[in-house]
Amino acid sequence: MLSGQEDSKNVLCARKSGKGVLAAPFRLLKTNRLGVILTFAVYKRDLPLNATPTERIQATDGYLGGVFDIESLVEKLLQQLASKQTILVNVLDTTNQSYPISMYGSNASNAGLEHVSLLNFGDPFRKHEMRCRFKQKPPWPWLGITTSIGILVIALLVGHIFHATVNRLAKVEDDCHKMMELKKQAEAADVAKSQFLATVSHEIRTPMNGVLGMLHILMDTDLDVTQLDYVRTAQASGKALVALINEVLDQAKIKSGKLELEEVQFDLRAILDDVLSLFSGKSQDKGVELAVYISDQVPQMLIGDPGRFRQIIINLMGNSIKFTEKGHILVTVHLVEEVIDSIEVETESSSENTLSGFPVADRRQSWKGFRTFSQEGSINPFSHSISLIVSVEDTGEGIPLEAQSRVFTPFMQVDPSISRTHGGTGIGLSISKCLVNLMKGEIGFVSIPKIGSTFTFTAVFTSGSSSSKKYKSQQINKMSNSVSSEFYGMRALVMDPRPVRAKVSKYQIRRLGIHVEVVSQWKQGLSSIRRGSNAINMVIIEQEVWDKYLNNSTLFFDTLEKIDYGTPPKVFLLSNSISSSGANISTGVCNMTVIPKPWRASMLAAALQRTMGVGNKGNPCNGQLPSLSLRNLLLGRKILIVDDNNVNLKVAAGALKKYGADVVSATRGIEAIELLTPPHQFDACFMDIQMPEMDGFEATRRIRDMEHNINNRIHHGELSVEAYNNVSNWHVSILAMTADVIQATHEECLRCGMDGYVSKPFEAEQLYREVSRFFQ
Amino acid sequence: MELVQIQRRLVDYTKSLFMEGFLDAQFLQLQQLQDDSNPDFVFEVVSLFFEDSEKLLNELTIALDQPNVDFKKIDSHVHQLKGSSSSIGAQRVKNACIAFRNYCDVQNIEGCLTCLQQVKQECYLVKNKFETLFRLEQQIMASGGSVPTIELGF
Repeated sequence: MLSGQEDSKNVLCARKSGKGVLAAPFRLLKTNRLGVILTFAVYKRDLPLNATPTERIQATDGYLGGVFDIESLVEKLLQQLASKQTILVNVLDTTNQSYPISMYGSNASNAGLEHVSLLNFGDPFRKHEMRCRFKQKPPWPWLGITTSIGILVIALLVGHIFHATVNRLAKVEDDCHKMMELKKQAEAADVAKSQFLATVSHEIRTPMNGVLGMLHILMDTDLDVTQLDYVRTAQASGKALVALINEVLDQAKIKSGKLELEEVQFDLRAILDDVLSLFSGKSQDKGVELAVYISDQVPQMLIGDPGRFRQIIINLMGNSIKFTEKGHILVTVHLVEEVIDSIEVETESSSENTLSGFPVADRRQSWKGFRTFSQEGSINPFSHSISLIVSVEDTGEGIPLEAQSRVFTPFMQVDPSISRTHGGTGIGLSISKCLVNLMKGEIGFVSIPKIGSTFTFTAVFTSGSSSSKKYKSQQINKMSNSVSSEFYGMRALVMDPRPVRAKVSKYQIRRLGIHVEVVSQWKQGLSSIRRGSNAINMVIIEQEVWDKYLNNSTLFFDTLEKIDYGTPPKVFLLSNSISSSGANISTGVCNMTVIPKPWRASMLAAALQRTMGVGNKGNPCNGQLPSLSLRNLLLGRKILIVDDNNVNLKVAAGALKKYGADVVSATRGIEAIELLTPPHQFDACFMDIQMPEMDGFEATRRIRDMEHNINNRIHHGELSVEAYNNVSNWHVSILAMTADVIQATHEECLRCGMDGYVSKPFEAEQLYREVSRFFQ
Repeated sequence: MELVQIQRRLVDYTKSLFMEGFLDAQFLQLQQLQDDSNPDFVFEVVSLFFEDSEKLLNELTIALDQPNVDFKKIDSHVHQLKGSSSSIGAQRVKNACIAFRNYCDVQNIEGCLTCLQQVKQECYLVKNKFETLFRLEQQIMASGGSVPTIELGF
């Protein structure tokens, strides 16, 4: 201890520097641990800091040396610092860089991280280092790893999901765009197709009408029988083609949603008469009996679209005619209310109790699914709407069961051979269905193959005659009603064993105002015949009865001869075959007039007129007289025409007289005011605008003032309403006649109180149209 | 001449009147108003027209001869004439009246005089045409035939 070369060196160093000097580590004697000696020089006196070494050497008094046990020193230090972790510490004397002397700690390998810190014992000549490291390798931070891996995975997954979603969205949007494009293309193609169809049809229709028109004119020229026949055939084909084109056009219209229904007043019975006459030829050819029955509860006039209604019925009847070779086709019209009541009653309908005796499909099956019937009490008794139910029943081939579901699909026919044999495109029923739906109705059918089909549809109309109409409107009638007054009160006897057919006959005869008695056995009617015209005026016999019993029956003819009073009744035969149409068969005493079937009231009326000599002269056979009906359109109307120009006056008067109106002319505004001072009988007035003295506007203004004045005074009781024909709101319809639409604009006409205008020069039809608006 | 021939001549003549613009569709309307209850309708209306137009043309001549021409009065007369001629379908007369009115609006006396001459000329022409037409019709009626109706594809 304190011996040796090194030590002396240290001591001398210490003496020189005045600082502590550490010796190199050596093994301590007792503990055998490493230790160092720190040697301090002790000086005699205080030395300044900048003392020279020589001075220091001189001043040295002695030495002080401390022994440090490195191990315990380090351990004590360490204990304070890192008591928890197992830290390995190596203290090294690194004065000699290449040969570090380990003072403390085991020389374990340098695995792991080492923290190196410098130790300063205060000796400037020596360097010491402390190297620390964890004894054990740090464990894997499982939690951290797991967490971060987990987060990574989650992040990846989320990212993947996002990515996939975005991709998917993009793809779907793409698809959507493509679909939209395709849809637009498809729609455009559809529209183009419809338009093309409509244009082509229209283009075809125009020259077709030209052809038909020319054929019509051709028919009026001199033709021999063969040529006439050829022309008729050509016409028929042309008309069929036009009908086809119209159907296709309708289909296109329906698809584009442009089909609208009209609202006009029409007579249902007249329409069915028309349809009946349309099919009479074909039904006679085929030997099929055609009949129409309309219930009494259906009102005379309805408001709706007659043209479309006709179309539906023509379509259904056309189908029936096509597919029926024997038996009958019966069209019936009832109110829905009538039928609802009878649904509950299970009537025993034998298959023989039909018009022609052939069995039919039960019509009740055809409306089984209608929603109108399942709603109990949904019919509002206060509304003006009339719900009709129309059935077309036939005894034809029927529709095969597998085809029944496709019946209303457009362009579907039961069999491709149908269009070859029967013609037609197969659109008719689908158009009818659309039209029925537009009329707020439903359509259905029942069909039994080899027995027949019955098609039924409902439609909603409004009642045509309201109570607020003036009584004169009743006089605007079609010919059938004006004829009916002539036979009113007569009595007829119908001999018909079939009740259904007798019902139809009864309906037609009653339209003429004639009382009807039906007998199914001809002998029952003998007593009535015997009483002559006191009991019955006419006997109407079904061909069946005639053929079976009466043709050779002496009893019948004897009865006709020996009548008790008055004149013998006229005898009419309802015949199925055309061969005897219009002919008067004289069999001995009685002259029988044959009425061909299908027959209707007007035909009976014509026959009656011929035999009885009653009624209008010049009524042709089948009751089709367009000019006569025109003449009745304004019958009974009193119309005033005011124009200072005589020629115009005459032409306008002539035009209105053509429609049967009662025309009064005036040439000055003042005259017009005088004539239109209430009370007066005028229904309408046509007033020229450009007149000297007083123009049309001024005259109208004065007339309106006058009316207003009088109306007020009647309301306040100053004037008695009886003196004014019981009318308390005078307003005569005044229409302007203008030569110059710029001069007399619509607004100006309305401003001075006019109700409408026509422009000169006018057509008769234009006048009628304008004035009839006020007579609805 | 045979009935058929006269009828054909009438038809051709009437067609030519339409082609040459003497008559227009309004005349057809007039013909439609003629029927059994009104057998002489067209004849009556046309005669009335010529009576009226003669009066109007005289008035117009006098009015245009005045030192101070009253254009308003002239305008109203021409308006009358235009109205009547268009009612019976005398197309050329109507067109001449329209031209007349235009000159009247700008108060051009020279133009009015020229137009008056033209209107007179047209009235004279169409009167002759109508006379021929009615003569043919009378011939047909006298031979027991019926006047054929004209159907033109307008």
